[in-house]
Amino acid sequence: MGERPVRERLCDFLEVDCGLSPDEAVAEAERCLQCKKPSCVKGCPVEIDIPAFIARIADRDFSAAARIIKDDNLLPAVCGRVCPQEVQCEGECILGVKDSPVRIGALERFAADYEREQGFVVPPLAGPTGKLVAIVGSGPAGLTAAAELARVGHLVTVFESLHEPGGVLMYGIPAFRLPKEVVQAEIDQLRKMGVDIRTNHLAGASVPVPELLAYDAVFIGTGAGLPFFMNIPGEQLNGVYSANEFLTRVNLMHAERFPEYDTPVRHAGRVVVVGGGNVAMDAARVARRLGARVTLVYRRREEDLPARRAEVVRAREEGVEFALCANPVRVLGTNFVTGVECVRMEMCEIDESGRPEPTPVGGSNFVIDADMVIQAIGQGPNPLLIRKLGGIRYGRKGNIVVDEEGRSSLDRVYAAGDVATGAATVILAMGGAKKAARAIDRMLREDRKGH
Amino acid sequence: MYRVYEAGQLADRIFQIWVEAPHVARHALAGQFLVIRIDEKGERIPLTVSSVEGDLVRVIFMAVGKTTNQLSDLKAGDLIRDVAGPLGRPSEMGQYGTCVVVGGGAGIASCPIIARAAREAGNHVVGIIGARNAGFLILEDEMRDACHELLVATDDGSRGFHGFAADVLKQVIEQQQVDCVWIIGPAIMMKVTSEVTRPKGIRTFVSLNPIMVDGTGMCGSCRVQVGGETKFACVDGPEFDAHLVDFDLLMQRQRTYFDEEKVSLERYHEHACRCGEGSYHG
Repeated sequence: MGERPVRERLCDFLEVDCGLSPDEAVAEAERCLQCKKPSCVKGCPVEIDIPAFIARIADRDFSAAARIIKDDNLLPAVCGRVCPQEVQCEGECILGVKDSPVRIGALERFAADYEREQGFVVPPLAGPTGKLVAIVGSGPAGLTAAAELARVGHLVTVFESLHEPGGVLMYGIPAFRLPKEVVQAEIDQLRKMGVDIRTNHLAGASVPVPELLAYDAVFIGTGAGLPFFMNIPGEQLNGVYSANEFLTRVNLMHAERFPEYDTPVRHAGRVVVVGGGNVAMDAARVARRLGARVTLVYRRREEDLPARRAEVVRAREEGVEFALCANPVRVLGTNFVTGVECVRMEMCEIDESGRPEPTPVGGSNFVIDADMVIQAIGQGPNPLLIRKLGGIRYGRKGNIVVDEEGRSSLDRVYAAGDVATGAATVILAMGGAKKAARAIDRMLREDRKGH
Repeated sequence: MYRVYEAGQLADRIFQIWVEAPHVARHALAGQFLVIRIDEKGERIPLTVSSVEGDLVRVIFMAVGKTTNQLSDLKAGDLIRDVAGPLGRPSEMGQYGTCVVVGGGAGIASCPIIARAAREAGNHVVGIIGARNAGFLILEDEMRDACHELLVATDDGSRGFHGFAADVLKQVIEQQQVDCVWIIGPAIMMKVTSEVTRPKGIRTFVSLNPIMVDGTGMCGSCRVQVGGETKFACVDGPEFDAHLVDFDLLMQRQRTYFDEEKVSLERYHEHACRCGEGSYHG
């Protein structure tokens, strides 16, 4: 069914990618070679049995396809949309060598959407173990851990500081990439599984640390919600936002519908977005939908943009202008932003990231007019809870140090997702959360034997 | 949903609400705040925890914008969609010696809980509360109970000392040894009043009230400059060393949505009028 036309897209926040029709899905599924040694599975951080679910789609047994995916991935409707498949499963697909790879992500989404539209069936839950698990944060990691642990019979309570569960899936990723009903449906299913989600509860404050540690196990999935700023002059001017703030105002608080909704966002004619990742693309595309002319400033080259290729393409289609090999040095204005002074960058020797190190070109300064600046240059773990968890080991960047199964240095405290790895993808957070959940389950079962 | 237990007016445009929010009430300490969202379409606004009693928490606010006006219209039994907290760091309490707690206008709301905490920590506590006129003055009795001595000032002299809280503070620090001061009120009042303690280098805290969204360190909307460093008022504060705060920047950033706030409030008043006529039940 393809993508919606750009002109239509810019007028709303509805999903850009319309997904596959059943016939399209079957036709795409039939392209799969059903490799004996499927390399696509190796490319998947949670090792979904990809050939098996694709075979079910080819057989038109879409519900069975969804069930197979859900054995390994509890949020397929989310992952089918936001996973960087081109560097994971699809990147490994053998068909991609000569032709285009099987559209595994689109098929995953198709099966998941089909299942949701039919009405979820709550998966069978194991008998209650009587063990209590506290989950901190309800983003991809927290939701995954909650589902895994509820499924095996533990009593799960999720603490979420915002008024809506979902974490970055709600406040960060815009609806045109991930409709909020999709996230809501996943969360509803979790509730049906008996998971108690307590919104407005900030762990470490509404739930003091001793109360938290009184649970049989604690899983921390607080993500990377602390926005970085560039620390350049003029950054305090009105109209300079972190991408987190800008996206939260729109995605979570619906500032695009002000004054029907109370939360405002600055009404800007010209916006500069700084950064080249998925968050920068999201911010730029949201700003376009609010009617602004948008320039994205990134210090490296086009091929270095860390964002998914498809998102870069869509951003361009939607009229986002790119100022590449450029870096802001100063935000201009008095009280309110009027522009951004940038300097051109040239690519020099390869640095530790394997990319050429961008270096400012002397005397190349230029100004982009702007009445809003959005900084999307990365986020770190929120230190709020970590500071209060006396004795927990954390790294230089504030991330909780964990072993392969998500164990932290504190007894019975586990962590996964961005809070452990630093800002990464939804699927990696889920992969980590699943491993941690299994380790928690094993530990709790050992406990029961012990007593 | 959180139930309003009691609601009422304290002074001209100043209101109080007691809301049932055990997760906040049981753990809140002096100096902390909470975030309220009244309904589905509401914005998140931070309000200082003024006091707690069992599972109830009290907030006091001046009805200035749309949300505070809507809040002032709530009655006992009404429901508030979201109450999150307690947020921010508690007041840095210690055995300082003599403490002065200065409140201006609606900022007096935060003072009794700090005064009580300071007193419990073994300090001699002097309270100073000031307002434009007697009609704006709140919590005088509560402050008298909480402090060892209380001084009152009004700009027009309609009650207590004729002048600003800053003038009273000046007299106090001239007459006695003062070791620690809290100043809470509008940004301009905190700026002016904290100049009084600067020459003597008296430790002075102010509670900053920038625009916030989440209140948990996630958005950076509330960033302030303290001693040349960027701080997030929601998690690094809200209390900071008054003598290091860039108040002009705080006031500049507080005006970010000045126009939008006007639109929102006008729309609310129109709606309220129509509701009053019984022709609109939105």
